Amino acid sequence: MDDLNVLAVLAGVLAGASPIVLATMGETITEKAGLINLSLDGTILLAAMVAFLVAHDAGSLGLGFLAAALVGAGIAAVVGIAGVYMGQSQVAVGFVLTLMCRDLAYFLGNPYSRIQGPRLAPLPVPGLERLPLLGSLLFRHSLLVYLSVAVIATTWWYLYRTRWGLELRAVGENPQAAHARGIDPKRLQLLHALLGGALVGLAGGAFSLGIKPGWGRPQGAEGMGWIALAIVIFGGWHPLKVALGAYLFAFLQVLGIPLQSWWPSVPAQVFQVAPFPLMILALLLLGLTQKDTLQRWADAHPRVRKLLRSIQGRAPRALGRPYRQE
Amino acid sequence: MVAAIVLVFISAILVLAGAPVLEVHGLLVTGAVGSWSKLAQVLRVWVPLTLCSCGLLYTFQIGLWNIGVEGQVMLGAIGATAVLRLGFDSALPGAVLGAALVVGMLGGALWALLAGLLKTWGGVNEIFAGLGLNFVAQGLILWLIFGPWRRPGVASMSGTEPFAESLWFPTPAVWRISPHALGLTLVALAATALVLRHTRLGLALRAVGGNPSASYLFGLKPGRLMLWAMGLAGALAGLAGTLQVTVVYHRLIPAISSNYGYLALLVVMLADYRLSWVPFIAFFFAALNVGSIQLPLVLQLDSSLSGVIQGALVLTVLLIHAWNSGKAGTRWTT
Amino acid sequence: MDLELRDIHKHYGTVHANRGIHMRVASGTIHGILGENGAGKSTLMKVLSGYAARTSGDIFLDGRAVDTTTPAQANRLGIGMLYQDPLDFPSLTVLDNFSLGRPNRGGGLNRRALAEELTRLCRDFDFDLEPERSLEQLTVGERQQLELLRLLSLEVKLLILDEPTTGISTPQKEKLFGALRRLAAAGMTLLLVSHKLEDIESLCHAVTVLRQGRVSGEMTAPFQLDELVNLMFGTIPAPPPRGAVASGEPVLLLHEATAGGDRAGLGNCTVSVRRGQVVGLAGLEGSGQGVFLRLAAGLAKPVRGSLTVLGTQLKPGDHHGFRDAGVVFVPTARLDEGLVGSLTIAEHCALTEPHPSFRIDWQGAANTAAQRIARFRIQGSADTPAALLSGGNQQRLLLSLMPARPRLLLLEQPTRGLDLEPARWIWAQLRALCADAATIVFSSAELDEIMAFADRVLVFYNGSLVRDLDTRDSDLDDLARAIAGK
Repeated sequence: MDDLNVLAVLAGVLAGASPIVLATMGETITEKAGLINLSLDGTILLAAMVAFLVAHDAGSLGLGFLAAALVGAGIAAVVGIAGVYMGQSQVAVGFVLTLMCRDLAYFLGNPYSRIQGPRLAPLPVPGLERLPLLGSLLFRHSLLVYLSVAVIATTWWYLYRTRWGLELRAVGENPQAAHARGIDPKRLQLLHALLGGALVGLAGGAFSLGIKPGWGRPQGAEGMGWIALAIVIFGGWHPLKVALGAYLFAFLQVLGIPLQSWWPSVPAQVFQVAPFPLMILALLLLGLTQKDTLQRWADAHPRVRKLLRSIQGRAPRALGRPYRQE
Repeated sequence: MVAAIVLVFISAILVLAGAPVLEVHGLLVTGAVGSWSKLAQVLRVWVPLTLCSCGLLYTFQIGLWNIGVEGQVMLGAIGATAVLRLGFDSALPGAVLGAALVVGMLGGALWALLAGLLKTWGGVNEIFAGLGLNFVAQGLILWLIFGPWRRPGVASMSGTEPFAESLWFPTPAVWRISPHALGLTLVALAATALVLRHTRLGLALRAVGGNPSASYLFGLKPGRLMLWAMGLAGALAGLAGTLQVTVVYHRLIPAISSNYGYLALLVVMLADYRLSWVPFIAFFFAALNVGSIQLPLVLQLDSSLSGVIQGALVLTVLLIHAWNSGKAGTRWTT
Repeated sequence: MDLELRDIHKHYGTVHANRGIHMRVASGTIHGILGENGAGKSTLMKVLSGYAARTSGDIFLDGRAVDTTTPAQANRLGIGMLYQDPLDFPSLTVLDNFSLGRPNRGGGLNRRALAEELTRLCRDFDFDLEPERSLEQLTVGERQQLELLRLLSLEVKLLILDEPTTGISTPQKEKLFGALRRLAAAGMTLLLVSHKLEDIESLCHAVTVLRQGRVSGEMTAPFQLDELVNLMFGTIPAPPPRGAVASGEPVLLLHEATAGGDRAGLGNCTVSVRRGQVVGLAGLEGSGQGVFLRLAAGLAKPVRGSLTVLGTQLKPGDHHGFRDAGVVFVPTARLDEGLVGSLTIAEHCALTEPHPSFRIDWQGAANTAAQRIARFRIQGSADTPAALLSGGNQQRLLLSLMPARPRLLLLEQPTRGLDLEPARWIWAQLRALCADAATIVFSSAELDEIMAFADRVLVFYNGSLVRDLDTRDSDLDDLARAIAGK
């Protein structure tokens, strides 16, 4: 009986994390190229709304997700063009887009509030679903969950095993040197902003067509974009560590559900903010590991140093700074 | 030109939403300035928006993204409510209100300092620290409203028990807006102008914002100045929160900050970080907010249209700025 | 591949870095480009390698006019460049760095084939580079070896090396030189940019000397070293007659101080500077002078050794403590470290007011600014932002902001970018300070300046203090050679 519970929880984590995984992978790709797309929170909401609207009107989930990806890429294009080609502050543009896209989603989505619409159904993998334990854990999910896992692996493979991924990391690290080797840093940054943005858009669709089906104000995905941005930092810009962070976050969320029943007098909304102090705490721990005193202490203790090294990830060196040719 | 671009953009969105374009624009105008009571309502929004924007000028001067204004407003409101609840049967309501102002500003300042310390000491980017603390502040308010400060009988989203009328800042019937709130806002505007333009602190903030390492060589302490900027911004946001409680709602409600903190960031960006434009842009944004209240009632449209217009305006200006400076090739500030 | 440059000009904003360069290099030779800091060598090479676009002029390869406006284009033409500051990616692995920037398109990456090629090249040249190591764990010399192998694997025919021996060990240098001789013998054309006579002497077949953006002379091996020094530095004027070196109490004492920074850091430096002295720090840029000044200013901490300033052991790294004790530091990177670009001259004056009040007296600040503008002959007005001033005027503003009556004045290249007359004038002001018992330590790229204004010269080479002489009885050629590591 206990086994089943643990399995159910873990299966829930796997499913619940899928949108966050998509969003964090998208942002990891974008930031690895040296560009910050701060508009995640608004992008996710607008994409969620559009996905639901399109899926509802066209009666096609596929079209819904396609529309969500296009919305994500479109918003990322604004950040990319303004930030990379025009040299405007990426943070400023991203922040304005965050607020604007959220309001745009509420405004345009108003007629679709609280109506029934299509949602992803579980798609058990024939054969594999019957496996003991693993079957219910891994193989009775919706297509989206399989996709999210595949995206993690693909992102890792793309970044570390392909030539484009290598060039992308190089540009995020040292665009001048990349230019000296015949790579066009700006073009590459824009392209990966689009790719990352499309994944963030899919995350929006994953909310409104998947784990928080439907549209409304609030949708329930509010704040998730910010969490995703923080998880990318927490995961040290490495796709596997970032994914781990996303699953850890989903796990804590699932854990929070029984917690609520223990304090029935505390309103559910209070629990909804729990991820945010957690986010600050995680970033604080990360920040403290960079402190001089700790570093020096760790240098004297090889094991601690190794642990610290594994936690620490370094931001792409050129992150947020537009490249200018000499 | 900005206005034209945004007008076209908004009209396109309205067409997309299947809304009557002209009617919406008309409604936004009459809803905001159509009558004295509407205008008073705009001023009631203008007060917290201007206060928050003034505060943000300090943090922007030193190059910090104080996204946590929203939470600082809430902590101001919480501080003020705490004082008013303690002093509910005081014989000196004036003193209680005064104390509420002080504690409210202190609450906002401390909340901002927390984000500032997370940045200067803990290495947490101020955007994430501030944003996280916003959500925490929201949780705190909800917990207070449903927990220790709940209404006798039934706790609800409508907030805490209203205060006795003696603990309100008075609003003359003909005015429909508290002269105290207006006065304090004007004082804050004047004080901010004075500090930024005529004091060493204002100059030091700009110096550090422009070049931290040069400022350090001039003997300035960038970390400490950042905390000063955060503290001042938080105090002004806290004042806004206090006024929301003592002037507008007379109780603590979940939406006490009404997103004015986020909106103030847009105001300051549109004002190009210049104080002289802040009161006017804040007024315009306040008018949009108030005007859009009519939309759901009359046309069944969501009131968030105001947010879309505001965002589109700021985005357009940012892009035009970048375009111009890119052409002129004179960008030397970061 | 034969190379010919005709009338190359390059402007950076108002700076005219190359002023009509003509040059010919024959195939299969190693050709040296010699000159002191700021002579225009690096700029010329960047133009050739496509990293910076030239303003005007023509480039011919094997008699054919070519265009190198991007590095990719230059690569296709067979031009490769080893940059002075390695243009690589420290957080990536050796193999990643080796693989980046190959002309074949497509998303694929045959890591195994690339690793094999790298290993083969390593074996060929007797270099020891592990493909999967992170570049951060490599020395500068090893990073350079990697970059060299990468360029060879791209089959370049013209190889440019910009100051390849700065910051690398002697065995690494031997290996590098061996490899370069082999490549030249195999028909490759090599351009060696250096300020080091010893490198030029042991490697090059011919040399072109640049001075102030122009070709000042050419020579083929065997070289007349004295003549080369002359071409590089111009005629060095004999120092003006001067009294004995002051010998007050020591104000700056370093004992076996070691610190990181720049390219070479500073190793094991022991020196004592006495009150009233004017000390010039000579050496190629990044040889340790910058670290020396930052240590003395309390901006850097020694990892080993001790530092005593003005008779007390101030807390290392606490610049404000040093400042309060009377130490003033004026950096060379004006807009990066020295001035706030967005603030006006008057605002800078208000900011550095010695007895500040909380409320700023803008009228007073404007008056101060006007006085300083007049005294320091700054081209600008009180409300001109620092960023809009020219480099020379920024330097004057920076000097005008110095607190009155400093006890120890640390200046990094104080007259960089200034013409002769203004530089003399600034030095008159500075020496007047010294008569007031202040001590001055300054670095300079120009030996003339040090000879003319310092009582004593410290020569740095590759992170070490190699000469400590009284300027009155020092042999100029000896100094010039010490700077060039000879």
